[in-house]
Amino acid sequence: MNDELEPRTERVRLAAAGARSTTTAVLSGQGTREVLKSRVFHALLFLAVSLALIGLGALLVDAFVEGEGRLSLNLITNANSNDPAEAGFRTAIVGSLYLILFVILMVVPIGVGAAIYLEEYASRERWWNRVAEVNIQNLAAVPSIVYGILGLAFIVRGPIDLGFMLFAGSLTLTLLVLPTVIIAAREAIRAVPPSIREGSLALGATQWQTIQRQVLPAAIPGILTGVILAISRAIGEAAPLLLLGAATFVTFDPQPFNADTGWTALPVQIYNLAVRPQEEIREVAAAGIIVMLAVLLLMNSFAIWLRNRYEQKW
Amino acid sequence: MEARDIGASGPVGVAGRLEAPSRRLGEKAIFAALALCAALSVITTTAIVISLIGPALGFFGEVAPGDFFFKAEWAPAQELFGVLPLVVGTLSVVLWGLLFAIPVGLGAAIYLSEYARPRVRKVVKPVLEILAGIPTVAIGFFGVSLVTPLLQDIWPGEFLGGPPGFFNAGAAALCIGLMIVPIISSISEDAMRAVPGGLREGAYAMGATKRRVATRVVFPAALSGIVASIVLAFSRAVGETMIVLLVAGNTPNLSLNPVEPIQAMTAYIGVTATGDIATGTIEYDTVFAVGLLLFAITLVANLISIRLVRKYREVYE
Repeated sequence: MNDELEPRTERVRLAAAGARSTTTAVLSGQGTREVLKSRVFHALLFLAVSLALIGLGALLVDAFVEGEGRLSLNLITNANSNDPAEAGFRTAIVGSLYLILFVILMVVPIGVGAAIYLEEYASRERWWNRVAEVNIQNLAAVPSIVYGILGLAFIVRGPIDLGFMLFAGSLTLTLLVLPTVIIAAREAIRAVPPSIREGSLALGATQWQTIQRQVLPAAIPGILTGVILAISRAIGEAAPLLLLGAATFVTFDPQPFNADTGWTALPVQIYNLAVRPQEEIREVAAAGIIVMLAVLLLMNSFAIWLRNRYEQKW
Repeated sequence: MEARDIGASGPVGVAGRLEAPSRRLGEKAIFAALALCAALSVITTTAIVISLIGPALGFFGEVAPGDFFFKAEWAPAQELFGVLPLVVGTLSVVLWGLLFAIPVGLGAAIYLSEYARPRVRKVVKPVLEILAGIPTVAIGFFGVSLVTPLLQDIWPGEFLGGPPGFFNAGAAALCIGLMIVPIISSISEDAMRAVPGGLREGAYAMGATKRRVATRVVFPAALSGIVASIVLAFSRAVGETMIVLLVAGNTPNLSLNPVEPIQAMTAYIGVTATGDIATGTIEYDTVFAVGLLLFAITLVANLISIRLVRKYREVYE
């Protein structure tokens, strides 16, 4: 009973407060002042939106203007070099590709599995399921550098002890994007209407058969969209990799399972170039940013296309 | 909301009552495997806590916690372990950043939820969300190559002690602010749109102007969501590494002045723990002590924001 009443009183209070303040305003003859204030308020709101959009625009234009001089094919095909005119991102791009490949291979089954469990099996009455849920929401907002510490202490050293290999970076990034994938996959699974499940169960399918043959196929576009968006976060992530040995100057393609050869990734190399004071090296960093943003744009467009292509109205 | 509840618990209830006579080992194995996937998230949290607390305990065995939290000098090379300069450095960047991001983010949210035509909203909202997807390395580069020089050019003389240097907290704050604007605008806008139309219509019927409806009715009604978005933005800003590393510098500095260089907690971790630092040294352990503090701050902020979001969902959805 109380649960029912509580929000209503809250609503009533708000409505009453709004009504009271307007009535006093109307009665005290603030009409013309109010018109002026409204205009100013509208203008300020518009200014706020414009500031954010200008910031975004300036960021993109700045990267393009600074790096445009170095945009050429050898930016992608050359390895890193001390000569800024020859320096390219091949080793970093290959490193990022390996990283992302392993992240996808691990995060998709685990993330979708966890989402199925939480949406289809877990009963909200059990405390451990609620703990898992809050825990995932919290993990999604843990600073990425803390994942770096976890990777350093648990994966590179400590219990797993892989050493500074690229695969340790993949494992760490997997843990980093896992909460995002789970949350997105849950949204997608939740959007499948219950009638589909009930129909399948009524025909005698077991719960797993229902999930496997009805729920998952219907949810796959949504899940894929979420996964792509989560992966694009992993592509741009540099902070945790700094702690996992990715900071080294590398001129040869990485071997993902070799802890002695050294490796790097696209955002880490961009960082290493951006901290140098020389103008020519900064130009290379800007060109690298253009490459990275282009890759992200491509992935995001694909995600949007996927969403529109398979968007389903029930 | 109702449909969602049926979706989550209905099939479980049905399967429970209509349990098959055979034991269906395959189904049970699948259930176990899926539960294990979900458990991995809890294991991750435990691992984070263990990996932070172990070395941090080692650190506090050698450095008194009182010295760590309250001494004002941070220079691990000279065995000075007062973390205050790092905390204040982080706060300087975060608070100045919020000073930019809260008005801009809330302004954008009110505009999108109350003022913008549906077509404008449909374009502007995703464009703003692009900002959230831009790698922070790129935002940091933008800070070094454009924001800092711009600030130096337009700085009014000796205000706050002269134009900012190459590394400064102010430019980092603007970049962080830009990064968290979409977090504030997007979650706040969701909260404002969840306010039932009836409340707005009631106020309009009483003769309220649009501005009054937005500020006196919608804004207070969505307050818990708005606060949640700001707390979450705070947590993101505190945990951001690349921007502060590139723009704010690496000088521990007990100052909130935006023209001065600072070192944030994340930047200290990022710079100190790069690769080949020797295990077991006190310097190695400082990384974990600072990391634990960072984790604790963001954990508290995250839990507050999760709770607040749940509150506005319960009230209106």
